[in-house]
Amino acid sequence: MLSSPYIREQSSVSVIMLKVMLALIPGIAAYVWYFGPAILISLGVASIAALIFEAAAVAMRGWPVRPVLMDGSALVTAWLLALSIPPIAPWWLTVAGVFFAIIVAKHLYGGLGNNIFNPAMVGYAVLIISFPVQMTHWPAPLALAGHHLNLADTAHFIFSDTLPAGEKIDAISSATPLDTLRTQLQLHRSVAAIEQMPIFGYFAGKGSETVALMFLLGGVYLWLTRIITWHIPLALLTALALVAAVFHFIDPQHYAGAWFHLVAGGTILGAFFIATDPISGATTPRGKLIFGAAIGLLIFLIREFGGYPDGVAFAVLLMNIAVPLIDAYTQPPVYGHKKVQK
Amino acid sequence: MTHPIQNFHGGVHPEENKQVSTQSPIRVAPIPQQVFVPLRQHIGEPARPCVAVGDRVRKGQIIAKADGYISVAAHAPTSGTVTAIALHPVPHPSGLSDPCIHITADGKDEWIERIAVDYRTTNISTLRNHLRDMGIAGLGGAAFPTFIKLNPGAAGAVKTLLLNGGECEPWISCDDMTMRERAAEVLQGAAIMRCMLHADTVLAGIEDNKPEAIAAMREAARNCDFPVEIIVVPTLYPSGGAKQMIKLITGREVPSGGRSTDIGVATFNVGTAYAVHRAINHGEPLISRVVTVTGNVGRAQNFDALIGTPIQELLALAGDAPEPVTGYLMGGPMMGIELAQTEIPVVKATNCILVKSDRLFPPPPRALPCIRCTRCADACPAELQPQELYWHARSKNFDKAQDYQLFDCIECGCCSYVCPSHIPLVQYYRYAKSEISAREKEQQAADHARSRHESRLMRIEREQRERAEKLAMKAAVKTSDAPARPADDAKKAAIQAAIERAKIQQADNVNNHPSTK
Ligand code: SF4
Ligand code: SF4
Repeated sequence: MLSSPYIREQSSVSVIMLKVMLALIPGIAAYVWYFGPAILISLGVASIAALIFEAAAVAMRGWPVRPVLMDGSALVTAWLLALSIPPIAPWWLTVAGVFFAIIVAKHLYGGLGNNIFNPAMVGYAVLIISFPVQMTHWPAPLALAGHHLNLADTAHFIFSDTLPAGEKIDAISSATPLDTLRTQLQLHRSVAAIEQMPIFGYFAGKGSETVALMFLLGGVYLWLTRIITWHIPLALLTALALVAAVFHFIDPQHYAGAWFHLVAGGTILGAFFIATDPISGATTPRGKLIFGAAIGLLIFLIREFGGYPDGVAFAVLLMNIAVPLIDAYTQPPVYGHKKVQK
Repeated sequence: MTHPIQNFHGGVHPEENKQVSTQSPIRVAPIPQQVFVPLRQHIGEPARPCVAVGDRVRKGQIIAKADGYISVAAHAPTSGTVTAIALHPVPHPSGLSDPCIHITADGKDEWIERIAVDYRTTNISTLRNHLRDMGIAGLGGAAFPTFIKLNPGAAGAVKTLLLNGGECEPWISCDDMTMRERAAEVLQGAAIMRCMLHADTVLAGIEDNKPEAIAAMREAARNCDFPVEIIVVPTLYPSGGAKQMIKLITGREVPSGGRSTDIGVATFNVGTAYAVHRAINHGEPLISRVVTVTGNVGRAQNFDALIGTPIQELLALAGDAPEPVTGYLMGGPMMGIELAQTEIPVVKATNCILVKSDRLFPPPPRALPCIRCTRCADACPAELQPQELYWHARSKNFDKAQDYQLFDCIECGCCSYVCPSHIPLVQYYRYAKSEISAREKEQQAADHARSRHESRLMRIEREQRERAEKLAMKAAVKTSDAPARPADDAKKAAIQAAIERAKIQQADNVNNHPSTK
């Protein structure tokens, strides 16, 4: 026999995931506008791969396939991964990333709800360690690119790794602002001078700063629709901005300022869409603040002192390990157990 | 004492659906041909029958007496003949039957002699016994014996008498209608309770979705000879939960495992106040109550129904169901229990009969894994972490579940209500609680057996020693006139004291047992 309650709010995992995908759309649109259609192809490749891997894993465990695919979580993972890697990377790179995200990080840990690590970030981490070269081929902003690839040429490049006759990879790709900053600093140029280079815009990369702004818009939508709370993004961004500002204040020659760090790379996407993944993140309000702030701090440390182009993925994965501890020590007081009572 | 409303944590906003049953006044339900009065309608020990099969009883006659400290009496709801004292289906989540006194009505509805009591001149313990013998138990749903809560304890311990008119469960409107139509009597009941508790302040908390009830209570309060403050609280489930209502109005929290009187507040449902008034000022025991019959029925309405009335009689009065019936609930959709049959009688705790259909109460979608979204934690009025409780209850890690304060869960259902994975969370908590209680009982039995075994060993040892001493003494007497040894008596006294202490401790453990809270 059923037991109470007998009514339920109209909500479901599918609806939540759908809203997350909806929130990503403005950023994706800006992406296409500034960098060409490659991202659409890589999103498609990642989505199809995710559905196939998810279906296979679920079928192998003897669960009903359709309802699990309908929950939409595999698609969200696929999109977040695709948005974190270079869209003009060869198709197999994307598929390999999705494989590690869905099969290893998600299903080998027990499927939806049981994964300790953020699946998309596991996929990213495996790729950046195994295929560092392919992971640096980011498309140049269209405004700066020597040549524009149309959709067909892009697809051809992604699937067969060949460019139209006479094209060079250097003409269509460029280093990211974070990479540029790192390599130029090694050439003993100052931050201010580097930021005068053409790929820089107002805050960070030309084009990519607008994409980040659009992701911010989507993040605010998620907050307004109560899919996420403000704790993690705010703590993450605040911590990152603070530590960046302090370093920049002490040594402006060598450290970019707070705005650059907030807008560059995967900060905004990470703050609102990746670190807020409920399954692998902290759950208590205070825990979320600690979790977010620690990620912000780690992003800065990895960017400035680590060997990888961006720090979001490793920062998130490192903090995923700490989640049980954080949650255990930040349990909010229960009704009737509060000590200060008058 | 005007307090700004202090919102409690969490809560949900289910569709109210109350207006469907408030369109017409409370209707007195006709006397059924047969009534079934359960002996166990309240929390505590069941009442003990004091009539025999074949006896003729009159309306209001006591047919079962309170048995034990936590117990109240039961009465014949109408005049007639006792035809059986036997098992009959009762409203209980297990769907099991329980002993009931079956009475065939004679239709005369002949009262016993009703004697009013002047509460101003009667001492409190007499009044309390009177309320126990009048069968008064909380009508808000828990059915806790009212006289126990009306114990002033240390003088001035209870400062505030709080009437709970929250009635936050969707669909239910019996308290709403009681306040609309019987506000003056409710406050007369409050006057009695105020006097018994020596309370300074009388407050009534009512949700703001009941403007008519608020107006009626305000009007009645104006005509009262003592100050009553009607406090409007926002509509948010479960504001009608005693702990939530207390937080809303006083800003304070009932300590975990304690009672509201620990912070000087005594809370009573408005219907209970009405019943106290009838019992003291009119000499009428609790033999009827207001019941909302609603949901998938022709004419949703409130009935003043005799305790013991089979619910099918009320369903017949409410008209044919417009849609296929998929079940019956006693109580609301958030905390109600499923009724297996319609022969089940109305009891003191029956505030609502809710008829289900698939459209109104769709079956739950398939449950998905928990995604740790913590919506449940955001909704939990007990400020628990339902996702952690679920995790530990599911893996039968009951100690961990208790670490997360499982027993502070009030089973309000908010967590299940909001869960996007449609996990029947409360079901897991009920299961875990009953498992833990069962284990504790086993443990207690084992402890009891062990202590019996130990005292037996102690006795054997003592007897041996005494024998040896006697022998020694005899031997000694032979040589000299040695006096009895005082040291031995001291030892005996110490053992006796230890046994007493253990007994007291055991009794305390039983009292603190969560399931009796
Ligand atoms: S609401 Fe449901 S899915 Fe979300 S954390 Fe609670 S139990 Fe898990
Ligand atoms: S049923 Fe228990 S855990 Fe769930 S919301 Fe209510 S008090 Fe919290």
